[in-house]
Amino acid sequence: MFLTLPLMVVRVNTVSKEVEWRWSNLIWVGLCAFAIAWFWQFSIERRASRRSQVVADTHVVEEKRSLAQRLADDPVLSRRVLRVAAAVAVVFPWLVSTDQNFYHVNVMVSALIFVVLGLGLNITVGLAGLLDLGYIAFFAVGAYTYALLSKNFDLGFWTCLPLGGLVGMLFGVVLGFPILRLRGDYLAIVTLGFASITKIVLENWDTLFGGAAGIANIPRPDLFGMALNGRQKSVYTYYIVLALVGLTILVTNRLKNSRIGRAWMALREDEIASVAMGVDMARTKLSAYALGAFWAGLVGVVFAAHNNFINPDSFTFMDSAMILAMVVLGGMGSILGVIIASLALKLLPEYLRAFAEYRMVVFGAVMVLMMIFRPQGLINNMRRKYEYDTVEGGHDDDSNK
Amino acid sequence: MTATNKGKKLLEVSGLTMDFGGLRAVDTVSLDIFEGEIVALIGPNGAGKTTFFNCVTGIYEPTAGDVRIHPPGGKTRRINGMKPNRITTFGLARTFQNIRLFPAMTVLENVMIGRHCRTGTTILEAILGSRRSTREEKETVDKSYQLLKRVGLADVADEFARNLAYGAQRRLEIARAMATDPFLLLLDEPAAGMNPQETQELDELIVRIRKEENLAILLIEHDMKLVMSISDRIYVMEYGKEIAQGTPREIKENPRVIEAYLGEEAHA
Repeated sequence: MFLTLPLMVVRVNTVSKEVEWRWSNLIWVGLCAFAIAWFWQFSIERRASRRSQVVADTHVVEEKRSLAQRLADDPVLSRRVLRVAAAVAVVFPWLVSTDQNFYHVNVMVSALIFVVLGLGLNITVGLAGLLDLGYIAFFAVGAYTYALLSKNFDLGFWTCLPLGGLVGMLFGVVLGFPILRLRGDYLAIVTLGFASITKIVLENWDTLFGGAAGIANIPRPDLFGMALNGRQKSVYTYYIVLALVGLTILVTNRLKNSRIGRAWMALREDEIASVAMGVDMARTKLSAYALGAFWAGLVGVVFAAHNNFINPDSFTFMDSAMILAMVVLGGMGSILGVIIASLALKLLPEYLRAFAEYRMVVFGAVMVLMMIFRPQGLINNMRRKYEYDTVEGGHDDDSNK
Repeated sequence: MTATNKGKKLLEVSGLTMDFGGLRAVDTVSLDIFEGEIVALIGPNGAGKTTFFNCVTGIYEPTAGDVRIHPPGGKTRRINGMKPNRITTFGLARTFQNIRLFPAMTVLENVMIGRHCRTGTTILEAILGSRRSTREEKETVDKSYQLLKRVGLADVADEFARNLAYGAQRRLEIARAMATDPFLLLLDEPAAGMNPQETQELDELIVRIRKEENLAILLIEHDMKLVMSISDRIYVMEYGKEIAQGTPREIKENPRVIEAYLGEEAHA
């Protein structure tokens, strides 16, 4: 309260050179501080009481689950919820937009682009445990690939979409090779450096990348050469990104439950043990890195097409941190969690523009609270149940020999 | 103890030396393992037993010496300096002294990782859900589940590995190692931290594995009761050097070994 005093209560009016004292603000500060402190204390006590309960129950190590967690763990219910969500996503642009006003569709397109980014980084960070602080660089690579190809070679959106992904992947592999032997913090520093280098090159190589001014007049996605008005273009882009989100979910889900995905997770858990169990570390890490970069490159193309214009300012470290925050907040490795967190982190600031000044404060506070009370993220990486024949087992045993 | 029927040689280590800077952790150690044998490697703390293991399994590259494997039905290979995952693929599997499971994965998934090097689904196949990926996935699950059953962990298959009791974690490590289809299993202190009853169960498990899977086993162990009851042959190390080898009876009476374990005075 003492620290907020000069900030909230005292205001120097520079025009009339007077000091305004806004004492009423002090009450608000006091009330807020009290509320926060009370909530803090309450949460800590609740956690302590839970812990003692668990201790009292001795053997049962049933982990406490949140509402979202329970929902996610219930297959029937979660499938229903997902179906409804998918249906809403499909009809969404027609509900909220008119020919004059399609602001909401555009906002949603940006949000969905970040959902794909979050899911892509989820492969690298969440599943394979490779901390990547420069993920946005691959996004930039994809965006600039499309911008340059369409400008210089007149290539269309649909040709460039896979190309952007592949170029992103190529950068991932090229960067991946030298840094694969690095771990944890060291890897993070190198990827951070890579992102900075990318941004600086983009800013300073005027002749090729247009420097800080960026590249303008990037064509929007084309639909068999049909002329689309502004709203239709946005809606069309919306469906493209939505399809990409679906594709990303499908691919991540398939990989996660495959030999490859398990190897990623094993590497994340314990490198030496997984190597001793026959997992090829270099190849597995590289595949995770390249695949993560692929999605960033792919969606970078959509980003460039959607905005018509790109410049290096869209690819700052803040964006990398934001995507990483989505993965961590959502729950490492959890697809549903990352989607929810991405949408929340992208949409809330957009619709809470009135509080834009306090955005980062709230953001920081939420992060701190999350790390204290729910460090595993919104939704845990689901524990997969495999199907096996419990009854037949004995017979199999004999037939094996 | 039954006399060892010296069949085919599986592992041949000769003059293995490992230096860490100026420290010679393993000093010209030679060791052979024959088909179907259980061999124990014993010695006081810091004798270099685990370092020896790490050299054989590729975690370290030995400074000097040779490690050769003769897989049954395979060709002889010199494996020192190779990557650990390749060595595992050739048929050497190990467990760790300080348990190294994948804590946030389920018990079944832990074993499934062991099948990784015996399956070959590529990324593309996994994404497209090809026939091979579905078939391999099913095989992996079935085989892993059978292994869990064999070590008595089938009922906790869907539990997280970190939630298992200590003894169960040790058994899970053995199951995971066996999932790689090895011809030689290297166990690093499998009974460490176990109570007498768990050790007894482990004893039975090891003997059963050897019999059912026709594996050879090399183990590092401090529990002398276990070592003496299950080993066919024993190697003893002290300060990086090999000081004795022989059958459990020979080792028990070897003055050099008694000295190493009990000190000079007890011997005198």
